[in-house]
Amino acid sequence: MRDVAVVAFAQTRHTREDAGLSETELILPVIDEVKERTGLTRFGFTCSGSCDYLAGAPFSFVSALDAIGAWPPISESHVEMDAAWALYEAWVRLQHGDVDTALVYGFGKSSLGDLREIMTLQLDPYYLAPLGLDQVSYAALQAAAVDADRELLDGIVRRSRADGRANPYAPDLPEPDVADGPVAPLRAADLPPITDGAAAVVLAAGDAARELCERPAYVRGIAHRVEPHYLGMRDLGRSVSAADAARAAGVGKGPVEVAELHAQFPHEEVVLREALGLGGDTVVNPSGGPLAANPVMATGLIRVGEAARRVLDGSARRAVAHAANGPCLQHNLVTVLEA
Amino acid sequence: MPSDPLVARHVLEFPGGYTRTTGPVIGRFLTELRARRLVGVRTAEGRVLVPPLEYDPATGDPVTGEYVEVGPAGTVTASAWVREPRAAHPLDRPFAWALIRLDGADTALVHAVDAGDPRAVPPGTRVWPVWKDAPTGQITDIAYFAPEVTKIVSPVRAEYRLRAGGALRVFLEGVARGVFLGGRCARCDQVYVPYRTSCPECGGRIGEPVELPGTGVITTFAINNLPDPRAPEVPFVSAYVLLDGADIPMIALIGDVPAHEVRQGMRVRAVWVPEEERTPSMANVRWFAPTGEPDMELS
Repeated sequence: MRDVAVVAFAQTRHTREDAGLSETELILPVIDEVKERTGLTRFGFTCSGSCDYLAGAPFSFVSALDAIGAWPPISESHVEMDAAWALYEAWVRLQHGDVDTALVYGFGKSSLGDLREIMTLQLDPYYLAPLGLDQVSYAALQAAAVDADRELLDGIVRRSRADGRANPYAPDLPEPDVADGPVAPLRAADLPPITDGAAAVVLAAGDAARELCERPAYVRGIAHRVEPHYLGMRDLGRSVSAADAARAAGVGKGPVEVAELHAQFPHEEVVLREALGLGGDTVVNPSGGPLAANPVMATGLIRVGEAARRVLDGSARRAVAHAANGPCLQHNLVTVLEA
Repeated sequence: MPSDPLVARHVLEFPGGYTRTTGPVIGRFLTELRARRLVGVRTAEGRVLVPPLEYDPATGDPVTGEYVEVGPAGTVTASAWVREPRAAHPLDRPFAWALIRLDGADTALVHAVDAGDPRAVPPGTRVWPVWKDAPTGQITDIAYFAPEVTKIVSPVRAEYRLRAGGALRVFLEGVARGVFLGGRCARCDQVYVPYRTSCPECGGRIGEPVELPGTGVITTFAINNLPDPRAPEVPFVSAYVLLDGADIPMIALIGDVPAHEVRQGMRVRAVWVPEEERTPSMANVRWFAPTGEPDMELS
């Protein structure tokens, strides 16, 4: 295996409303920022993650390439998933050994449509989508299956919002109240905010990592596992796939100082802490996490970026990032980052 | 920046819908659904998957060709309560999403449960499918699931023909003229209204009727929150009205005043329907309304 490290990370100041910027305009500042930070203008590989249904435009990721400068032709790929999986693809690409740097970015404007129903479109079209099962409904089903202590969940929401207010990139959300949500047992404050935003990461392999960055955040483990899509085929009270991914990535091989988890609802944090085997010593989602800012399709990549940032700035030696995809934590990607 | 935002509506739609083939396994399930049967498919390990999948998610092996009839009833393993149904949801009233393990299945089906109340669907609840009138081979052929039948509503209605003969006829003829008729007990001197022929207290005879005024005082009352066809609105007040000169109160509706302003000791007067609408019936008295006089001290 080649040593691959995160050497730069940038994210937008995420907004809760459509600021009217095109996707290209949304991405451009974060691409500029990582280029400036690394001094690179061209990358060996470029990979992005986004979802056409968010904007309702086919191949929207192709027009987003205008932010990159793709001529002369670049080596480029895309995943119709959270950009954390674009990072995984870039990590695999760097293992080939012929290129040393990769640009990864993700973006999403979930303010444009009705995210709850757009997420229905990712469901299996035979058994689930015809029911109109929306994102909040299936999350509530999982919350019921997890059946976590309400005080524990309240504490997660309160902590996430407070950390989000201290995070300059996350919108300011008020102290949570006890208002009912649209689907019980979820409360209104258990729902992540509708957020527009983008993020970019630069990966570098071998010598390039040390040349581009004083303290690279090395990817010491990275793995993803998936479970059956249909909710009734799995135990929603826990995440077997997140536990398998964590084991494969080697999360338990050392102390975890910081973990950034792609938990969009507080019960998901409960499930993920258990699956990743995180103890009380681990600081979870110091950025505020997805409950503070949830730019869909960039949220998972931001977990990697936020975890890497703690290693890059020297405040942590070992950090873990988790990203999720699909309904009720169907698909989980775990990355271990070390100084 | 322009001050007013430039905003446009954008719709993504596949007119007529997106055609998808089902394959043999899902197709079999949907075909059975159209015939109002629920089937699962058996895996090589012997588990029954409902709804059927082509491959066993636990092993990745193809499932066997054996289809097993399951349900129709099942047991809820988890549920979530939709307070505000959306247009795409199966029900237009609050309902539960549930994971339902159909009898004979090893996995759970996701569907809606029409339970009326969020507390009515705890894990373990037994539910049965309610079918659409004309199934077409879709998961929504099951309109929803519903809890087991534990109660029914029995309508009761019988019609009668009542004839007012003796004292009641005398009283109602008075009402037809816009007058309350009472009667005085010859032995104990108490005045009763409506008119009657004997004293229920001492058994004394009551002679000729006496006319009582349409005014009186409220001795006690109740605020009713269930609608009644005779009442002006909900909530409405029914009260005991002691007519001036009577010793026994009469039950009557109170109107022309908000329910919360009605009180004991309040002076009231009968509100009669216009003369040309009168019949020998208590419908002649719309209700009693406050007179505006000072309240009376009740003994």
